Amino acid sequence: MSLKYTKNPEKRSLPMMQGFAKWMKKNLFSTPINSAISLILLGLLVKLLGPFLNWLVFNATWEGTAQTCRHNDGACLVFIKEKFIFILYGFYPRELLWRPTLAIAFFIGLCFYSREISRWNKRLLSYWLILILIWAFLLKGGLFGLESVSLDKWGGLPLTLILAVIGIIFSYPLGILLALGRTGYLPLVRSFCLGYIELIRGVPMISLLFMASVMFPLFLPDGLVLPKLMRAQIAIIMFMSAYMAEVVRGGLAAVDKGQYEAADALGLSYWQKMLKVILPQALKIVIPPTVNTAIGMFKDTSLVLIIALSDLLMTTKTSLKDPKWLGFSVEAYVFVALIYFIFCFSMSRYSKRLEKEFSYGGRS
Amino acid sequence: MNPMIKLTDMNKWFDDFHVLKNINLSVGEGEKIVICGPSGSGKSTLIRCLNRLEAHQNGKIEINGIPLNDNLKNLQEIRKEVGMVFQHFNLFPHLSILENLTLAPQWVHKIPKEEAEEYAMDLLRRVAISDQAYKYPGQLSGGQQQRVAIARSLCMKPKIMLFDEPTSALDPEMVKEVLDVMVDLAKEGMTMLCVTHEMGFAKQVADRVIFMDEGEIVEEADPETFFSNPTHPRSIEFLAQILH
Ligand SMILES: Nc1ncnc2c1ncn2[C@@H]1O[C@H](COP(=O)(O)OP(=O)(O)OP(=O)(O)O)[C@@H](O)[C@H]1O
Ligand SMILES: [Mg+2]
Repeated sequence: MSLKYTKNPEKRSLPMMQGFAKWMKKNLFSTPINSAISLILLGLLVKLLGPFLNWLVFNATWEGTAQTCRHNDGACLVFIKEKFIFILYGFYPRELLWRPTLAIAFFIGLCFYSREISRWNKRLLSYWLILILIWAFLLKGGLFGLESVSLDKWGGLPLTLILAVIGIIFSYPLGILLALGRTGYLPLVRSFCLGYIELIRGVPMISLLFMASVMFPLFLPDGLVLPKLMRAQIAIIMFMSAYMAEVVRGGLAAVDKGQYEAADALGLSYWQKMLKVILPQALKIVIPPTVNTAIGMFKDTSLVLIIALSDLLMTTKTSLKDPKWLGFSVEAYVFVALIYFIFCFSMSRYSKRLEKEFSYGGRS
Repeated sequence: MNPMIKLTDMNKWFDDFHVLKNINLSVGEGEKIVICGPSGSGKSTLIRCLNRLEAHQNGKIEINGIPLNDNLKNLQEIRKEVGMVFQHFNLFPHLSILENLTLAPQWVHKIPKEEAEEYAMDLLRRVAISDQAYKYPGQLSGGQQQRVAIARSLCMKPKIMLFDEPTSALDPEMVKEVLDVMVDLAKEGMTMLCVTHEMGFAKQVADRVIFMDEGEIVEEADPETFFSNPTHPRSIEFLAQILH
C-alpha cells in the first residue's frame, strides 16, 4: 500500500517538471535574444519585487502605534488597520455601516449572478435597476424605520461604485442611441448627435464636473435643487455616453455591409435590422474597447474629489490629514490602488471571457 | 397581364459615373431571366435597384404594379415580395440556421414563432439541410450556406427572386447542389432574375438571356439563340472569352 502511495507522486511530478522545463525552453529561451530578454526581465522582477515585498510584508509593522511605525522601515499596516473603515466608508455614520456594506454585497452578488450570458435578458436588466433602488434605499434610508442619512455623509467605496455603476448602466444604452443617431438617416438627429459627441469629447471631464456643480443649478427651474452628487452623476453619464457612442460607432462600421443589405432585402425595418441583426454583432466586436472605456471611467470617477465629493480617493486623502497619523501616504495610496485594481482587473478578465463566449463556434 | 417587373428608361449614376443607361425591361409572372456580361457592366447594380439596395435616379421601376420611389410604404411592400440571394450568402452569423430563417417572418409578417419554425423546417427539408437547423452559419460549407440563404429568402414567400452570382463564391464541387435548388425553384413557377455565367443553368431554365455591357442592355434573346447565334459583336467577344 504505502509503496503505491510514495510511488505515485514521483511518477506524476517527473513529467510535470519536464513539462515546465519544456515550457521554459519554448517560451523563454527559444533563441539567444529571447533568452537574454527573459534573463533581463527576470532580473528586474527580482530586483523590484524583492524590496517591495520586504517593505509590504517582511519588514512591515503589523501592531503598535504611529510611533512604532516611525521606528521601523517597513510599511505601516497599523495605519491601514486604523483607517480602512474611514477610507472605505467616509463620514457615513459608524453605527449604520451595515447598510453600505450590504449595498456592496448586493452589488457583488449581482455581478456574480450576471456572469453567465445565458442569464442576460430583460429580467436581469430589471434586477440591475432594482439594485439601484436598493442602494438608494439602504444608503439614504428614511423609509420603513431606517434612519435617514444625508447625502453629504456618503463617501468612500459605495460612492465610487454608485458613480461608476450607475454611470455605466445609463451611458451604455445612451451611447448606443447616440451612435445610431450619428450613423442614421435623419439629418437633424445626425447633426445633433455629432455635435453632442464632439462637444463632450472636446472638453476635459474636470471642466464638465465644474460646470455640473456650478452651472446646472442655473438651468434648473426655481426651487428645484439637485444635490451635488446627482449633478456629478449626470455629468459623468453625459461624459461616458459620448465615449461609449464612439466605441459603438466603430462596431457599427465594422459589421459587414452584406449584413445590412441582407436585413434590408428581407424587409426588416430600421429598428428591427439594428436590434436583431447589426447591434448584436457590432457590440460583440467592440467588447474590448467597451470594457476599456468602462475601466477608464471607473477610475475617472475619482475626479469628483475636485468638487469635494468624498469618493474613495478623497477619503484616502482625508485620512492622511489626521495629525496623529501624518506621513503614511504611501501605505494609503497602495491600499486604495489595490481596491481600484481589484475592480478594474476583474472587469478586464471578464471581458476576455466574454470575447471567448461570444465567438459563434467554428468558421464564420 | 401586368408584368411583375417593369423598368422604363431607368438610369443610375454613381456620382458622375453613368452605371445604368436607359434600361427598359419587362418581366412577366413566372418568367426566368438570366443576366450576363463582363465585369463592371452593371449587372449587380441593375438587380440591386429592383429592391432599392441602390436608388435609381430617373426613369420608372414598377414591381408587381407598385412604383418604386422614395415612398417608404411602397418600398416596404416591394421588399416583402422580392427575395434576394447574394454572392457571399450574408447569413446572420450570430443566429442559428433556423433563427436565420424565422427572423424576418416573425418580425416583418408577425407570424407566431411556432408557425414560422414549422414553415422554416419545411423549406430546410426542401433544400436538404434540415439536419443542420440548430447549427450556426460558420459551421456549414459554402454550398450549404447558400442553400440556407435561398431558404431564408423563400421564408418570406416572395413572388420574385433575385440572384447575384449565387455560385461564383463556391468551390466547384458545391455549385451543382445550389443550382439544383434553383432549378427546382424555377420549375415551381417562381419569377427569377439571375446574374450568372453558368451557361448550363441558363440553357436549362432561362426564358430569356440579357447581355449587358457598359451599363446598357446590348442583346436580349432566348438562351438557344444567344449562346449559338449571338448577333452583337460585344456578345460574340464575351462568349468567346467565357468559352475559352
Ligand atoms: N457604390 C458604388 N459607388 C461607385 N461606383 C460603384 C459602386 N458600386 C459599383 N460601382 C461601379 O459601377 C460599375 C458596375 O458595377 P456592378 O457591380 O454593377 O458590376 P457587375 O456587372 O456586377 O460586375 P461583376 O461581374 O464584377 O460583379 C462598376 O464599374 C463599379 O466599379
Ligand atoms: Mg456583380
